[in-house]
Amino acid sequence: MSSTVSYWIFNSARNYIATFQGGRRLYSSVTNRNQLKWRLFSPALPTIKSSSPCGNFALWKAYRHTSTEEEDFHLQLSPEQVNEVLRAGELSHKVLDFNSGVLHSVLRFESNQLAANSPVEDRQGVASCLQTNGLMFGIFDGHGGHACAQAVSERLFYYMAVSLGADGRRMENMKPLLPILQWLKHPGDSIYKDVTSVHLDHLRVYCQELLDLHMEMGLSIEEALMYSFQRLDSDISLEIQAPLEDEATRNLSLQVAFSGATACMAYVNGVHLHVANAGDCRAILGVQEENGTWSCLPLTCDHNAWNEAELSRLKREHPESEDRTLIIDDRLLGVLIPCRAFGDVQLKWSKELQHSVLERGFDTEALNIYQFTPPHYHTPPYLTAKPEVTYHRLRPQDKFLVLASDGLWDMLSNEDVVRLMVGHLSKVGHHKPDLDQRPANLGLMQSLLLQRKASGLHAADQNAATHLIRHAIGSNEYGEMEPERLAAMLTLPEDVARMYRDDITVTVVFFNSDSIDTYYKGG
Amino acid sequence: MLYRLLSIVQRQRTSPGWQNWSSSRSSTSATEAHSVTLPAQAQVVICGGGIMGTSVAYHLSKMGWQDIVLLEQGRLAAGSTRFCAGILSTARHSSIEQKMADYSNKLYLQLEQETGIQTGYLRTGSISLAQTQDRLISLKRINSRLNVIGIPSEIISPKKVAELHPLLNVHDLVGAMHVPEDAVVSSPDVALALASAASQNGVQIYDRTSVLHVLIKKGQVTGVETDKGQIECQYFVNCAGQWAYELGLSNEEPVSIPLHACEHFYLLTRPWNTPLQSNTPTVVDADGRIYIRNWQGGILSGGFEKNPKPIFTEGKNQLEIQNLREDWDHFEPLLSSLLRRMPELETLEIMKLVNCPETFTPDMKCIMGESPVVQGYFVLAGMNSAGLSLGGGAGKYLAEWMVYGYPSENVWELDLQRFGALQSSRTFLRHRVMEVMPLMYDLKVPRWDFQTGRQLRTSPLYDRLDAQGARWMEKHGFERAKFFVPPNKDLLPLEQSKTFYKPDWFDIVESEVKCCKEAVCVIDMSSFTKFEITSTGDQALESLQYLFSNDLDVPVGHIVHTGMLNEDGGYENDCSIARLNRRSFFMISPTDQQVHCWAWLKKYMPKDSNLLLEDVTWKYTGRGATLTKLLTPAQSAVAFTKPVVRALNLIGPRAVDLLSELSYAPMTPDHFPTLFCKEMSVGYANGIRVMSMTHTGEPGFMLYIPIEYALHIYNEMMSVGQKYGIRNAGYYALRSLRIEKFFSFWGQDLNALTTPLECGGESRVKLEKGIDFIGRDALLQQKQNGVYKRLAMFILDDHDTDVDFWPWWGEPIYRNGQYAGKTTSSAYSYTLERHVCLGYVHNFSEDSGEEQVVTTDFINRGEYEIDIAGQRFQAKAKLYPITSYFTHKRRKDDVELSDFHGK
Repeated sequence: MSSTVSYWIFNSARNYIATFQGGRRLYSSVTNRNQLKWRLFSPALPTIKSSSPCGNFALWKAYRHTSTEEEDFHLQLSPEQVNEVLRAGELSHKVLDFNSGVLHSVLRFESNQLAANSPVEDRQGVASCLQTNGLMFGIFDGHGGHACAQAVSERLFYYMAVSLGADGRRMENMKPLLPILQWLKHPGDSIYKDVTSVHLDHLRVYCQELLDLHMEMGLSIEEALMYSFQRLDSDISLEIQAPLEDEATRNLSLQVAFSGATACMAYVNGVHLHVANAGDCRAILGVQEENGTWSCLPLTCDHNAWNEAELSRLKREHPESEDRTLIIDDRLLGVLIPCRAFGDVQLKWSKELQHSVLERGFDTEALNIYQFTPPHYHTPPYLTAKPEVTYHRLRPQDKFLVLASDGLWDMLSNEDVVRLMVGHLSKVGHHKPDLDQRPANLGLMQSLLLQRKASGLHAADQNAATHLIRHAIGSNEYGEMEPERLAAMLTLPEDVARMYRDDITVTVVFFNSDSIDTYYKGG
Repeated sequence: MLYRLLSIVQRQRTSPGWQNWSSSRSSTSATEAHSVTLPAQAQVVICGGGIMGTSVAYHLSKMGWQDIVLLEQGRLAAGSTRFCAGILSTARHSSIEQKMADYSNKLYLQLEQETGIQTGYLRTGSISLAQTQDRLISLKRINSRLNVIGIPSEIISPKKVAELHPLLNVHDLVGAMHVPEDAVVSSPDVALALASAASQNGVQIYDRTSVLHVLIKKGQVTGVETDKGQIECQYFVNCAGQWAYELGLSNEEPVSIPLHACEHFYLLTRPWNTPLQSNTPTVVDADGRIYIRNWQGGILSGGFEKNPKPIFTEGKNQLEIQNLREDWDHFEPLLSSLLRRMPELETLEIMKLVNCPETFTPDMKCIMGESPVVQGYFVLAGMNSAGLSLGGGAGKYLAEWMVYGYPSENVWELDLQRFGALQSSRTFLRHRVMEVMPLMYDLKVPRWDFQTGRQLRTSPLYDRLDAQGARWMEKHGFERAKFFVPPNKDLLPLEQSKTFYKPDWFDIVESEVKCCKEAVCVIDMSSFTKFEITSTGDQALESLQYLFSNDLDVPVGHIVHTGMLNEDGGYENDCSIARLNRRSFFMISPTDQQVHCWAWLKKYMPKDSNLLLEDVTWKYTGRGATLTKLLTPAQSAVAFTKPVVRALNLIGPRAVDLLSELSYAPMTPDHFPTLFCKEMSVGYANGIRVMSMTHTGEPGFMLYIPIEYALHIYNEMMSVGQKYGIRNAGYYALRSLRIEKFFSFWGQDLNALTTPLECGGESRVKLEKGIDFIGRDALLQQKQNGVYKRLAMFILDDHDTDVDFWPWWGEPIYRNGQYAGKTTSSAYSYTLERHVCLGYVHNFSEDSGEEQVVTTDFINRGEYEIDIAGQRFQAKAKLYPITSYFTHKRRKDDVELSDFHGK
């Protein structure tokens, strides 16, 4: 265990390449807001055999000290470079699909990701279910590595598609008769190609079971979401318990099971919007009332220690004697911030099962897996992937849906996000001074344009997700944009970045109010 | 039809404002009947009712073609033509564009008289400003060329600029060029006038008719499918502007037309307090990236910004062009530039910022000509925002092309066939036009290479050469090394290396040239186009004898330099052909011939015989597909497995020693005479085709190597060659070696309008070979009548390489003080220590300007001067290479020289 921790610190020191600009002041306000989801080196955890927790701390301080001394090497990003960094992960997609003559209720979506962890532990995915023509949007926030988030982001959509569609489940010679899913992916998104055949086998079993249940018409969407989440989590858990021949597959399955991921998935079909959430990703709806005022409609609840309902659920599921130990330091068993997640079998399996699986001779150190038992671990499972599903019937006043990992919500409130989105929409819509207020002559126009240029207004992000990320990390305490702060946050060495910000992944879905309107008018 | 057309024009004229334009249009269309039926057939269908389509229709009908249908998907003159800024400028960088613009100017001038339709033609003149000395040099070059084709223009001082245009701030100017006959015109009205005149000549015009795709049978246009039915036709002309690319791809057999649109903004203002005079000259401030013309008492000003916005990459419908957004923030740099140039305009009231997409091509030259894959499919598009200026001339040339087989001017640099399918990637086009659009107003200097869309085709040696300091240029998508920077030397950054003077690589190339003369150099020449022609019987020889002017019935192993001529005796291609065996030939042509030569061979080779033509330049599957049509199935299987061939050129006196050491075979002239070809082993690799020629006149060998051996052989050469002083060399060295020996180059010095007799290529023509090859009659006649121009080599005498402008190409040649022609290429000769230019000398009659016969005597008796950017340098003219300068030991002396040749 200790090796993992010191590895992390060591890595920080070794990879150190550049120091930050502009003094400490910029970061102080956010430092404590971001805590690693897995608390691994806390001295409060006696079971973690940390050789010298103080030593680690000293090392960290020493490292900070070094960085101030090497300020000569600082990296100053130009506004263009800032934009380049911010926009690197952009993805946008227009939904041009005509479904039986009616435009899709989704107009387009825009997505972006900014990494703090290296490699990034967030994942996102968008796919269209070919049988129902519905669109699925997922955000997955991994912890303890990216393996689980990666696996869930690849597989959950298939489980959903299978749960939803009857035709797609029919197989012939163990191959699906029809393609069931179309990815709307970022070209850079990776897929673990070598192990997908094992996953496919499990998917087939699930299919077969659904067929055996004679649910030809598919499940209801609520059920589909519920089952898909739980089934996938259970498959992840079972895969590593079953003997696996291939070592690569085995190692990967182990990493998936022993890391974790929260997930939030929205499914849009016509005017029906379902959101399933497990963990602390969040989905909110931007609503513009007929009088033009904007408001925010949260569609998920964060599953963490601040959620009373979650607390009572945990208390309900465990004996009264554990009431005081379920949440320690606002963490589940003192370890994990979210109370629902995929993977994380350390909080799901019995101690015995964990031991027996790991004793099968894995090189856990090489795989970066930390097996440990938290204190007060009496009645597992403590963690579940069962999602909370909410339903919302889309109305013409529902303009957009923002799905994001907690990296965004740590920095911005729901209202902030809606406010920024409204600003963004007006800027993208009118990327120029309004005609009525337009200066009448060339001289005035020029000075206005120069002003706008100086204030960086003209560089409006085309991508809404980029706009949100920019403000999430670049705004000061008063919600004002500070270009220096933004540049500084982006120049953080990759190993320190996580101290100041989390991975941020945002997907913004824009609805087509007109086509939603026709849904209503057409009955 | 005519009535309707004129009614459009009438209505338009009654609504004077720019803004009312679109509304008048829509009201017109509302009154139109929808039940128009298209004719079932026509000789020509033109797609596109902009200035290009109407100009082609106008000229075709003028030339007597009657059966023409013009289709427009929206309304006439509604695309880029409608929004065009309306500036007609003849101040263009290439001679062919100058000529087209000059013709357009003359055409538009008389159009109103001819058709009775007001075109808004106003002869305002234009002033091109120079803020820097380099810009002034660039203008002086244009000025020299304009003058010799009879367009008045002059270089003027800033003071004179202020007199011509009182509102201009001239404090930061170093000079300007004034072209008094340039004009402004209303481009939609020009298009309507052309359409009206064409309509009077019998052209049928249908608007709101979309071409869906072109029907093609056996590589020949047979008809057009529209949304209102089919039309059978023999010729199709794609003048669809920014939609031409999509339209080209919509056929079953796609036609690649590489162009891409960018947003283009210009500003319209309300009239100035004291409205600007209607004859206020147009101003082009290229250093400020803007143009300014008077417009209804106010101004119209736009420009070509550094950060263009490409648009319609995915291909969109026409509706989108109607509601493009203005983007003031994007326009700010141009607005600031405008106010710097004309500070008093600050108080001028804004009327509108117009967003008018313009189409650009990968090399900033327009696209015209016939598709290499579909006969009868013509294209005229991609005008790089000069549609109005070039429209008249381009329409005329394309009409000539269709009616007479080729335009009256050489238009190779505009020919669609200069591109291959490789330039048609959307990503490539998007990236390239983002570089091309700013280039409109960038300084145009010699030897400029595009930076985007690079490293598309690279040799297997690319990484090796790159690591050794290679600097690259691109030709036809192919990366070629220009020269190799030694490890201890640094060159200027790209932007600073732009110069009209001696470039910073001068010494580097010198040492490469020296090595070619004294030791041995290796040049990767893989980009050259290489075809193999094989047959089961004598068909290969027979068809080649018909296609090529030289006698190809030579013993096996011999190499023949020969032209591939057209009916008029002009060069369609200039190549070397080796006879591999009785029934198979290997043909080497310039790089950019890959598309054109293939199309030509396909057109003229008999189709049904057992004749196999294959492209071994590149593993290009499209070629394989074409092939199968010429092949039986058994043969086509073989064709696909043929290796792709790389070429290494070993130049220098020690090449003999190196190659014999590598092959354990004697390479002396007795065993391996010049212009000979055989297969041998080199290093471990067997079956390497070695030819004793170098395309430079220097001794040495070309090695044609199957791709998988390339690295091995290169490595062997470099390690064994060390003791012979081997080094890498690039194309600049090759060019210098070639031009100093008067090796002309197809595409620059030679073209479809020059014959072997005009450029000293008599030795490559065997009129009496017993076969009536293509072009023979024309050559016979020319031989009898004499030639009207003659390619000569000019050696600059009083030119100081260190301080004077370097020649490039297109410089006027003066003979006894009289304009006699233009240069076509140039290079510095390190042997002669002089600049050498190649160029054509004409004999213009002093009285009538008519062209007269040029004799050897006429050339020799002249005193010559070359005008480089307005400065004249004395030059000696030679009709044959100066052999005495090249005194090194040569095998079979001067065979290659007297038979000069190059690529």
